[in-house]
Amino acid sequence: MKAKLVLEDGKIFEGFSFGARGQRCGEVVFNTSMTGYQEILTDPSYKGQIVAMTYPLIGNYGVNIEDAESRKLFLEGFVVKEYSGIASNWRSKKDLGSYLKDNNILAIEGVDTRALTRHIRLQGAMKAIISTQDMDEKSLLKKVKSSPGLVGIDLVKEVTSDKIQYWNKSGKYKVVVIDCGVKFNILRELAKQNCRVIIVPSYTSAEKILGMKPDGILLSNGPGDPAAVRCVVENVKRLIGKLPIFGICLGHQVLGLALGGKTYKLKFGHHGANHPVKDLRTGKVSITVQNHGFCVNIKSLNKKDANITHVNLNDNTLEGMRHKKLPIFSVQFHPESSAGPHDAKYLFDEFIRMMEI
Amino acid sequence: MPKRTDIKKILIIGSGPIIISQACEFDYSGTQACKVLKQEGFKVVLVNSNPATIMTDPEIAYKTYIEPITAEVIEKIIAKERPDALLPTLGGQTALNVTVELAEKGILKKYKVETIGADIKAIKKGENRQLFKEAMKRIGLDLLKSDKARSLKSACNVAKKLGFPLIIRPSFTLGGTGGSIAWNIKEFKDLAKRGLESSMIGEILIEESAVGWKEFELEVMRDLKDNVVIVCSIENFDPMGVHTGDSITVAPTQTLTDKEYQQMRDSAIKCIREIGVQTGGSNIQFAVHPKTGRQVIIEMNPRVSRSSALASKATGFPIAKIAAKLAIGYTLDEISNDITRKTPSSFEPAIDYCVVKVPRFTFEKFPEAKDILGVSMKSVGETMAIGRTFKEALQKALRGLEIGHSGLDNKLDYRRISDEKIKLRLKEPNASRIFYIKYALQKGYSVKKICSITNIDPWFINNIKEIVELEKEIRGKKFLSGELVLKSKQYGFGDKQIAQLIKSDELFVRKSRKKNGVEAIFKLVDTCAAEFEAYTPYYYSTYEEEDETRFSKKKKIMILGGGPNRIGQGIEFDYCCCHASFALKELGYETIMVNSNPETVSTDYDTSDKLYFEPLTFEDVMNIIDREKPDGVIVQFGGQTPLNLARGLEKAGTPIIGTSVDSIDKAEDREKFAKVLKKLNINQPKNGSAFSREEAFSIARKIGYPVLVRPSYVLGGRAMKIVYDDISLESFISEAREVCEGHPVLIDKFLEDAIEVDVDAISDGTLTVIGGIMEHIEEAGVHSVDSACVLPPYTLGEDILNTIKRYTYALSKELRVKGLMNIQFAIKDDKVFCLEVNPRASRTIPFVSKATGVPLAKIAAKVMAGKKLSELGFTKEVKVKHIAVKESVFPFSRFSGVDIVLGPEMKSTGEVMGIDSSFGIAFYKSQLAAGQNLPLKGKIFISVKNNDKRNIVFIAKKLSDMGFEIIATTGTYKALCSNNIKARLVGKISEGDRSVLDLIKKNEIALIINTPSGEKGQSDMKPIRSLAVMQCVPCITTMSGAQAAVNGIEVVMKKGFNVRAIQDYVRDIRDFKS
Repeated sequence: MKAKLVLEDGKIFEGFSFGARGQRCGEVVFNTSMTGYQEILTDPSYKGQIVAMTYPLIGNYGVNIEDAESRKLFLEGFVVKEYSGIASNWRSKKDLGSYLKDNNILAIEGVDTRALTRHIRLQGAMKAIISTQDMDEKSLLKKVKSSPGLVGIDLVKEVTSDKIQYWNKSGKYKVVVIDCGVKFNILRELAKQNCRVIIVPSYTSAEKILGMKPDGILLSNGPGDPAAVRCVVENVKRLIGKLPIFGICLGHQVLGLALGGKTYKLKFGHHGANHPVKDLRTGKVSITVQNHGFCVNIKSLNKKDANITHVNLNDNTLEGMRHKKLPIFSVQFHPESSAGPHDAKYLFDEFIRMMEI
Repeated sequence: MPKRTDIKKILIIGSGPIIISQACEFDYSGTQACKVLKQEGFKVVLVNSNPATIMTDPEIAYKTYIEPITAEVIEKIIAKERPDALLPTLGGQTALNVTVELAEKGILKKYKVETIGADIKAIKKGENRQLFKEAMKRIGLDLLKSDKARSLKSACNVAKKLGFPLIIRPSFTLGGTGGSIAWNIKEFKDLAKRGLESSMIGEILIEESAVGWKEFELEVMRDLKDNVVIVCSIENFDPMGVHTGDSITVAPTQTLTDKEYQQMRDSAIKCIREIGVQTGGSNIQFAVHPKTGRQVIIEMNPRVSRSSALASKATGFPIAKIAAKLAIGYTLDEISNDITRKTPSSFEPAIDYCVVKVPRFTFEKFPEAKDILGVSMKSVGETMAIGRTFKEALQKALRGLEIGHSGLDNKLDYRRISDEKIKLRLKEPNASRIFYIKYALQKGYSVKKICSITNIDPWFINNIKEIVELEKEIRGKKFLSGELVLKSKQYGFGDKQIAQLIKSDELFVRKSRKKNGVEAIFKLVDTCAAEFEAYTPYYYSTYEEEDETRFSKKKKIMILGGGPNRIGQGIEFDYCCCHASFALKELGYETIMVNSNPETVSTDYDTSDKLYFEPLTFEDVMNIIDREKPDGVIVQFGGQTPLNLARGLEKAGTPIIGTSVDSIDKAEDREKFAKVLKKLNINQPKNGSAFSREEAFSIARKIGYPVLVRPSYVLGGRAMKIVYDDISLESFISEAREVCEGHPVLIDKFLEDAIEVDVDAISDGTLTVIGGIMEHIEEAGVHSVDSACVLPPYTLGEDILNTIKRYTYALSKELRVKGLMNIQFAIKDDKVFCLEVNPRASRTIPFVSKATGVPLAKIAAKVMAGKKLSELGFTKEVKVKHIAVKESVFPFSRFSGVDIVLGPEMKSTGEVMGIDSSFGIAFYKSQLAAGQNLPLKGKIFISVKNNDKRNIVFIAKKLSDMGFEIIATTGTYKALCSNNIKARLVGKISEGDRSVLDLIKKNEIALIINTPSGEKGQSDMKPIRSLAVMQCVPCITTMSGAQAAVNGIEVVMKKGFNVRAIQDYVRDIRDFKS
């Protein structure tokens, strides 16, 4: 079945559907990871976005049970060059097409994804619509233009869990994870590090969290514009100074805002598994996993409060910071990886060390 | 970290001659390294015995030694140059081995030379199997398990513990028999019993076998700050059991989830750290069990390799260049990415296409060897293709292989292939397995069945199935819809392949698809999947929406490369193509390179202004020409490959510059060429062309035996033979039919015992200048490339040389040569015969250029662009005071059972140069460099044919006088005794006396001189020669070779030899001229 991807500036890509039917709007972004499409599909941070994979052959190894990063697929659509209907891997349980259909996600193949990527690079990430029903380009374009987009929209509330949950039963350190759309691998990593992990909805009040008497707090990753998740920012403000805090991705941005910084939207964001990040404290470079469209303005940070610890070597944007006096730190990238390299796992050790003191 | 300032002079060791498993890739890596170090202000001292390399061009290094790569010679170089450091990781296994030897002999310590990149400890840990295993165990990586056993019972216990299949290796055997594989307990008991018996200490090693597992490779880089990145991941199409060099490989990995890939990545990083490679690239191999996902580490190479050249070309990340920078102290984040300019090299390339490499084999050259693939590498070259899908890349690669396929098409009718044959060809890995997979699918085999026979991953087989299904859809159609054509092009089908399916011709398909708007577009290889802007114009074609080619206003010239290496076409032509590009850049042209060989310097994005990584076929080249519309196209430099395209390209309106296509044809077409010679009054051996069996016999009889027979239009003397009578002519004709379909068989009078001469000359249309005259050491009958040759000629008189020159000028004028030409002459009884003229770059161009200091290919390129020789200052032949000897290197040790006797069919893979002021030493050096270590003492075995008995006396006498002990077979022994030369008699093998073989096995024979006597006498000596190859005993098979060797041994015994840089020779030539 034919499918279309119409961008807000009128650019049109045609292809064939290999997922669910229907039509969905979202911001179209590209991801440069060559492996890990299942992790990407299940990353709640993609809420509100249509993801185009730059690697052209997708679906090769199917999908399995273990590699999911959340309870469902939150993204709005999936775009690839060639979908492989045959899944070849010893762990594969299902082919990708069926998985997408089962989860009601639209997907389109046969697209010149490199042309799409170049378009986004030059024009910036933008709103788009993916459709298997309405094939009328004018009508599609109208729909795109009237869609809300990402900026100023609180998408966290769409992906956060609705109740307090325990990831595991035991562990030396009690960690509360404020779930803005947390990836399972953050929880897995914490559990591996001897943490007892409690997941709370993003709107949980600071008082309630403190009432749980945790040893530390993890601010999770999540979708969309950090400036729109005001309630979390406010809560974090009240947590600062009380407990060790570790922020990841959106969590880092939220922390940045809570510390008085500003965030801004990147032209097309960072979405991939090959971003070099330098730890300014050691001079060592980690190959990191990234997935964000917004960024904390390096200049907006109050230098009296925060030290810049990590910088992206591709574009010199802020990748990590640490409070000068308090046990608070955060990184823009994903130390839990999945999908992607494990280079930055050492940050979980740092978090543990903070809780030990 | 900043660049090191405590070292100033760095020694780089090259990889020597091209052999199977070490080819152009080390010229590519070495050249990159030399250029970088020079730019950074270091003095580079380079040693490499291979003159056909860009790296040995005098301007690349500070001092270049074209000398044998042995510890002894390198010590001389170190003593003379006193380098501060040695970078051993860029010259393949050769450089690593000799570095270890230099360290163990205390030479590095004595002269205070520091190894940079990888130290001796790391090299040993990576290379020694036992040390490697221990190291990997230490860091907890899974390896194939193994255990020893000293009885059948304990062996069975081990087997039970490890599970089948198993490899059984007897410990300490005579002659070192390899391992054998047991699939079940019954086979195991047999093999274990035999193994225990054959082991001198009654012990066997039993090891798990990973045959049939999935095979992967990672290219890893590390810097002094311990930053590690993975440049490229590679998945092998052929599972474990086939050498990775012989496997079809794909980048990046296709069937690993991120979890599995990251596990592999973690292991690779742990591995490079534990082995202790301080800086630079390493290649690490893994096997993955297809059912359980178990990952084991197989091996690592602590150096750049062929895979790293492939990875560089596949990603745009220049591994060798970066490795050189890391070795002198920079860290990855301090080095910017050439392609994006703005981002650093401390990242992992993101690929947005699929890369397929297919090896090229030459089993047809060694009919005695089976085309079965295993753990020892057999391929001589490779081609790489880039596409947006695996299907597209695979079909492009098969087209780029230049073996007559225009994709995954059928050479055989699948209906006529028996089931048995299909199953066998699927089961035993072999050079044409990929096609048999297709035949099997066409015959209705299921993907599952093929997978279970071949152990190839179903993902790959399924993709092939999709190709087969689309082919079915196309077949028999009269017209193809635009949609279907587009789909077939996206699947990588060639125009010719489509034409075959719809019973049309290539040009028609091309025209009609273009009318439908189905045209190739070009995308960039940019290391970053379009995330950043790319500044380096490195392109591949595909069929999609957006074209990314960019144009300048400059005049542009396109150079067609030589495609995959093969015997007969290799690095020499790549050298010429690179020089053409350099020269035309100097003249201000934009240069465009087209090639499909990932090993080469020509496919380095730094070499030309634009690089198109594409197959060298009419279709693919025309697609580029349509887009680029070059002002000129050069077909002279890439060997036969571009020449074969010349006619078609010209017909399509392409401006081919240099010697005209008609002239090329005049030289290549026998009849036209005979007319040319007749007109010029130049002698030619009597000859004729036969289109039928009968004609062949009548011509042969008329000319008189012996005759030289060969199919027309072939390179490298393929299927060429000297035939002494009707019977052998008959067998040639029946064999040749397959090779020369449609083309006649050429028959020439064979000039026995003639001296062959090669001439390379250059002409601008009015003036012709001789670049070099080379006299062959072996007599006529040995393929000109296989023969050793000497520049300047060492036995020819002035009058003969004058005749040769006169003929050269006349031929150049008559053929209106513009650019290079190569002529082969034979001198018999003081009469000069012209054998052939090639109006193109020859394989000897780099050798002549190095020996004379004249960059012939560069001058030729400029001439082709319209410059006059007088403008370029090259108007007179250069005279040299020194002697340069070119010797060829052969792959015999790879093909067990193959005889090493040379003939008209070319068999060499590479060449070395020996250069000195005396012929004897130059020859000695050339032999040493080629791995023929001429002895200065010991036993020499001599057995020559009757014709040579008289001449051998002088040679034997000299050897005996020099203190060698001579061993001879009956006939030779008698000849020696009657001349009062002391010798020891041994019996013939055919008479049951195997004592010679025993002596060779025990390494007691230091040299063998054996001239073969016709086909019949061979059975006796063949085992001796084969064994000599396996045991690395030098073996000389011609009298002239023996003479030269004795000459060399004598001079070296008397006064030893010295080393001298090529820059010093070049300076001499200049001084001499002025």
